[in-house]
Amino acid sequence: MAQEAQKERSMVLQKEMIDGLFNDLAKAKETGKKVCYTFIPGNLSELIRTFDLLPVYPEINALQSAMRKKSAAYIKEAERNAHSEDVCTYVKCDVGMMMKGNIGPTGLKIPEPDILLLSYTGCFTFLKWFETLKREYPNAKVIMVHTPYQENAEMTPEMTQYMVKQFKEEVIPQMEAVTGIKYDEEKLKRHLVLAKEAQDWITKIFDTTKHVPSPIDAYFAGVYYIGPINIGFRGTQEAVDYYKELYNEIQERIKLGLGPITPEGEMKEEKYRLVVEGPPNWTSFREFWKLFYDMGAVIVASSYTKVGGVYDMGWRHDASRPLESLAEYCMNCYTNLNIPQRIDLLAKCITDYKADGYITNSIKSCNSFSAGQLPMMRAIEDRLEVPVGFIESDLVDPRYFSYSNIKNRLESYFQMLEQTKALKETESV
Amino acid sequence: MKKYYLGVDLGSTTSKAVIINEKDEIVGRGITNTRANYKVAADIAREEAIYDARFTLLSNKIKQDMESKPEFKKYMEDIRTVFQYQQFKRRMESLETTLKKTVSAFSYANKEAIAHRISVIIENIRPQIKNEFIHGNIGSKNQFFRDIVSEKYNAEVAIVGREFYEPLMLAFDKSITPVENEMVQYNFKELVLESMALLEEKYKGLAEQQEDGSKEDWYYAELNAVKNNYKNVEITLREHIEAIASEDIHIAKMVGTGYGRALLPFPEDCIKSEILCHAFGAHAIFPNTRTVLDIGGQDTKAIQVDSHGLVTSFHMNDRCAAGCGRYLGYIADEFGLSLNELGPEAMSSTKETVICSTCTVFAGAEVKELLHNGEERPNILAGLHKAIVQRAMSLIARSGGVKNEFTFTGGVARNQAVLKYVKQMVKDSYGDLTMNIHTDSIFMGALGGAMFARRNISADLPVARKANVMEE
Repeated sequence: MAQEAQKERSMVLQKEMIDGLFNDLAKAKETGKKVCYTFIPGNLSELIRTFDLLPVYPEINALQSAMRKKSAAYIKEAERNAHSEDVCTYVKCDVGMMMKGNIGPTGLKIPEPDILLLSYTGCFTFLKWFETLKREYPNAKVIMVHTPYQENAEMTPEMTQYMVKQFKEEVIPQMEAVTGIKYDEEKLKRHLVLAKEAQDWITKIFDTTKHVPSPIDAYFAGVYYIGPINIGFRGTQEAVDYYKELYNEIQERIKLGLGPITPEGEMKEEKYRLVVEGPPNWTSFREFWKLFYDMGAVIVASSYTKVGGVYDMGWRHDASRPLESLAEYCMNCYTNLNIPQRIDLLAKCITDYKADGYITNSIKSCNSFSAGQLPMMRAIEDRLEVPVGFIESDLVDPRYFSYSNIKNRLESYFQMLEQTKALKETESV
Repeated sequence: MKKYYLGVDLGSTTSKAVIINEKDEIVGRGITNTRANYKVAADIAREEAIYDARFTLLSNKIKQDMESKPEFKKYMEDIRTVFQYQQFKRRMESLETTLKKTVSAFSYANKEAIAHRISVIIENIRPQIKNEFIHGNIGSKNQFFRDIVSEKYNAEVAIVGREFYEPLMLAFDKSITPVENEMVQYNFKELVLESMALLEEKYKGLAEQQEDGSKEDWYYAELNAVKNNYKNVEITLREHIEAIASEDIHIAKMVGTGYGRALLPFPEDCIKSEILCHAFGAHAIFPNTRTVLDIGGQDTKAIQVDSHGLVTSFHMNDRCAAGCGRYLGYIADEFGLSLNELGPEAMSSTKETVICSTCTVFAGAEVKELLHNGEERPNILAGLHKAIVQRAMSLIARSGGVKNEFTFTGGVARNQAVLKYVKQMVKDSYGDLTMNIHTDSIFMGALGGAMFARRNISADLPVARKANVMEE
């Protein structure tokens, strides 16, 4: 039972952190703290902390609402207000939640924004989303940073300087104006040191899937693991402590030869190791996960857990180049990589983590992820001769999750994997 | 004892069964459009496949005669048709009883008059069907009991007049499904002997065939041979019929696949995804196949296979009917045509009318508009067929395109117009590749299932691989 208690500790830590944030947000008016709405990709967590701002992540609220079965009503509300059926369902869920009183996933009211910070422009929907929010919150200050796309698979010094200039001339002065706090670079550096430390830990954590059986599921459990580093705790001691704790727990699992934990307990037999591209479905998250663990499929790496930062290739925040490092961070988020870079990254995951297959979950309303998914899949199939599968669902709109269709495709896919494995085994004899 | 293997493919529109022997050779096929109950559908398809297997065994016994004597070949073809007629005849009896029972529960004041009409209609239909089976070519049209009977019934109802139209149609609609779903056991030997008697009647009355140049020479030669020598065939068949009828067709293992597979009362390891089965079946018939397109009733699948017939990737359209068989069914209803008439009429087009709607239901509205604007029906039908194939082409592209030999399977592959556009578009997009279509395309899923049943895929794959290259 020792490991049971340990398992709970990291979960308890995470819950405390998140509850703490939402409590702070609920009390922001009383405490006089300023509130900054921003998105996960390219989030300037350390800078936000430097100005003592409280972050709100609309897409996290949306997915949390979906997991609590509240998104359908919010989306309906947004559609009643003329948001089209094809619009990103994160947006509609967020807008609907706002229209229904902006009560957050924990049941506490989310305060209005003082700043709308858009630090990643690779997703066009983000721009439109904040345009909508700006209309609702005319008093909020909009800060927009243009993030150059890694068109040529590199971050050039010019690109970095272009972004640093925006930080110096736009972001920092405006944050100073809203918060009344003077920019303190030493404070930012202290956050960056802690950010790097958390990044080191999380990289080690996701690298544990090298073990057979894998001690964790890097997608279905991975989305919980990325919580603290993505939603405003990167750059804090709390995040470092959480990841250290989690890492130790996983080490314990490895020592005991245990597989990943699922909602129905320990996974008994690891039959297939997969890499998944694309965000998960949140409305039927448990059912979706069950389709995998029932078949003995464990996800050893996923692109979605890199949405708030790609650390696999060695990139880290660097306190000696604070603003440059923030710029690079924004440019280096997963959806800002060009298609060949993403292919290389995923191929490396498949090879390093000895995956048997590659699955794409294509999200109808998410352009950032969906564009290029098919050619990526074909390229991976050609390069590694690994069986590939394609399923379709949605982020937070329950209408677009068809259990029977997904089940049918996954069943076929797993039977296909079984055959391929059997063939490989007989050939190698 | 010889071992046989059964594959059952429960589709959304039809259920198919295939029986193979230990050499992967198909010995029996069965198909039914029963779909109200998958258990019954599976049973009916299996029974059909077993009758078919007995005929195959019978043909094997007289193989030499069939190869050397035209009367044997012709006789065996005819006896299968007449056998099917005998089955239909029994189902007709059941239909009449059911119709009368349905009518007796009606609240119409004139229900006795309705029942009388039904008797008259059935009396009229019966000889028509007999004649078309025995002297015509209805047996070769792959039509189901429902299709044949409803066509004739509707024609008779039209003659009867308006007064009875509604109750007669209602009675039919209420009765046909239970009759289709009825599991009727036939005595193989009895049916064969009865069929032989009917054939004797037919051949006796046959005039000496004169060549009038309208058919190939062998056509007359065969008919004359059978007219003059059918007695010999009969004698030979009688020698074997007892043994064949009582032979135990022992099904050693079976695999269920298709849309309704989860509902089959089979153990878990006897249920396989239809994607794998279709690919495996198609690959068995055409071993160089690398891409399989399957257009079924409710979904369309583009499948890539490796040299062993194993699936490497697939893409399917399962959210929308606009690229599959049901789309054609819907369109047939819109035009008041039967499914079998769609393809031939589309083939008679002079051009393809462009259909813009990608939605099945909207296409129906668009068709009405086009007809109203004076577009020719065959051209509209051609456009609709082309639209389906365009959808399928996009799936093929998404699954990885066509790199080598291409095989087209599924019920829709029987439609000549679809076939034409598939050939055309695959050629346009991927060049001059070998394209395979098999008369048994609708049975590929069941065949794949039977082949999986014969193998323990995880244990003896290399063996399976060698056996894969099946001799045609």
